Amino acid sequence: MFDITRRRLLSASAAIAFTAGSVLPAAAQSGTNGEGVEPPVKAAFVYVGPVGDFGWTYAHDQARQCLEKNLGDKVETSYVENVAEGPDAERVIRQLAQEGNDIVFTTSFGFMNPTIKVAKQFPDVKFEHATGYTTGGNENMGLYNSKFYQGRAVLGTIAAMMSKSGKAGYIASFPIPEVVMGINAFQLAAQKVNPDFETQVVWVNSWYDPAKEADATNALLSQGADVITQHTDSPAPLQAAEKAGAIAFGQAWDMTSFAPNAHMTAIVDQWCPYYTKRVQALLDGTWEADNVWLGMAEGEVEMAPFNDKMPAEVKEAAQKIVDETKAGEYEIFTGPIKDQSGEVKIPEGEVIPEGDLLKMDWYVEGVKS
Amino acid sequence: MNIDLLVAILMTIAGAATPLLIAALGELVVEKSGVLNLGVEGMMLIGAVTGFAIAVSTGIPALGALGAMIAAALASAIFAFLTLSLMANQVATGLALTIFGTGVSALIGAPFVGITTSTLGPIFPAALANDPIGRLIFGHSPLVYIGLILTFAVWWFLKHSRAGLILRAVGESDSAAHAIGYPVLKVRYLAVLFGGAMAGLAGSYYSLVLTPMWAERLTAGRGWIAIALVVFASWRPGRVLLGAYLFGLVITMELQAKAAGFNMFAPEFLAALPYLATIAVLAVISVAKRGGVAAPACLGKPFRAAA
Repeated sequence: MFDITRRRLLSASAAIAFTAGSVLPAAAQSGTNGEGVEPPVKAAFVYVGPVGDFGWTYAHDQARQCLEKNLGDKVETSYVENVAEGPDAERVIRQLAQEGNDIVFTTSFGFMNPTIKVAKQFPDVKFEHATGYTTGGNENMGLYNSKFYQGRAVLGTIAAMMSKSGKAGYIASFPIPEVVMGINAFQLAAQKVNPDFETQVVWVNSWYDPAKEADATNALLSQGADVITQHTDSPAPLQAAEKAGAIAFGQAWDMTSFAPNAHMTAIVDQWCPYYTKRVQALLDGTWEADNVWLGMAEGEVEMAPFNDKMPAEVKEAAQKIVDETKAGEYEIFTGPIKDQSGEVKIPEGEVIPEGDLLKMDWYVEGVKS
Repeated sequence: MNIDLLVAILMTIAGAATPLLIAALGELVVEKSGVLNLGVEGMMLIGAVTGFAIAVSTGIPALGALGAMIAAALASAIFAFLTLSLMANQVATGLALTIFGTGVSALIGAPFVGITTSTLGPIFPAALANDPIGRLIFGHSPLVYIGLILTFAVWWFLKHSRAGLILRAVGESDSAAHAIGYPVLKVRYLAVLFGGAMAGLAGSYYSLVLTPMWAERLTAGRGWIAIALVVFASWRPGRVLLGAYLFGLVITMELQAKAAGFNMFAPEFLAALPYLATIAVLAVISVAKRGGVAAPACLGKPFRAAA
């Protein structure tokens, strides 16, 4: 809405600062096929938000620090935060490539097109884009994402087992497939416990607006929901739930400190294993462009420790889903799945293919949006 | 609709309106003195982070609110020095203050990310707020009452006090006020400091009452709405109160409608409602032209005392 000025200015001044510094020609990059990059690998990260958001960007930055710890002096990292999605992102990414970085991680959906453009101009630099769907044919660009919906299934199970009203409130950002998929996974899992369970969605049209997220939570609680879950980035819904004595779940990171009583568990984004693996591949000379969508089995999606307030049988049921998901025995998007009108959309035994999940635009039965 | 739900909705409206009301009243006084300070958002953020930091360190939220006022007033003093003493452009300096406030609040707040504090809770005994009506009257955070009292105080000050008359004179015709011996710059300094303190108090509402935490950009643009409210209210305290609560009403009804499963309109349309309402009311006001629409005549103009 009104928050463009700082991001614009920051990235603009960053760009000016970069131009003033020495600019290495792209040809000076190393990393030809078959042989590894001389350590230290220079890895740069582009963030959409502030590292202090305690959510999405915070999780990426924790992973960057973890990468440094894992690989020691074999890697040198840097980051640019608060980069606006769009033309500014392209400038920042290009500058990072020119500065002699070996690999650039761009960590927001809106960085996809800028990354594709810059990757074309710097064939010797590797690029990795989070949550995108295409590399534009670049062989030096990879895609990575996490199956957060696996965690949503755990939350849905806990919600349905602990709810008295049988109604959950869902604070959602934007109706994009990633969010729709999460809502559906949550509701499907809840329905397995309680067939009459309902999930009421409130769209706040923002990834980050603590005041509005809190107000939306209060609205949902006053309309009879007694479980709150969210797909926005601030801990505000948790705090509102704590005040009202409801239960809720953290987003992207363990948010227990904000709501020690309400916080049952959280979906924790673990990007560190992937970052470490990819930089190691660069060192070994085995890096190849790939497109991965990893989940609990690979350690990319974790659940924060369960709150002691959870009854033992709930903990057990939640842990069972985690274990079965890790073992590849549990897939929430397995038929029969009915849509909002009650029609069977996915027949018994059939699993929604990953490609369809990534463009999901319909809701399952019991979702009120 | 049952009474509990109605009271819950009314209380949410008051909560959403209060910080806008307090910040807008501060800005109204500033503008009445002839100064345009667009740094409200920045000052609110400085207030929010300082209030939170002090509340966490001392464990006393009220002390945090006080500190928020002082810190934001200090930030506004920088603005006052640049625009009043050095006669820098007020629009540019105000925008710079917002950018400065965003950055410096992130810096101060870095060690406070990820923790929470006790809130600035209701001041009346809990026994009074047991039934819904009692809750509606006595169950609010003190800032809600302060906002209402402040509306009356600002109205009385501007309309019925000698000091308020001088302040308005300075805003309407600085050279005339100067000619008859009023200290134009001193009046404006005081107005800007008051505006800063109110913005800080409004900011602390977010970090101490609504969402007791600190995260960057916590106020998410509310400072700009406060500035718009002053214009919306055509520089009248009573209308600021009305505008702030109207805004709170529209925001709350949007979320309540969604939470009740009312999905006749696209969510994007409902989210745009507060702003559409603003435009509609502005249009009605400018057509109606019933007095007091005009901005203070010297708004935004620098003043240099004739030798």
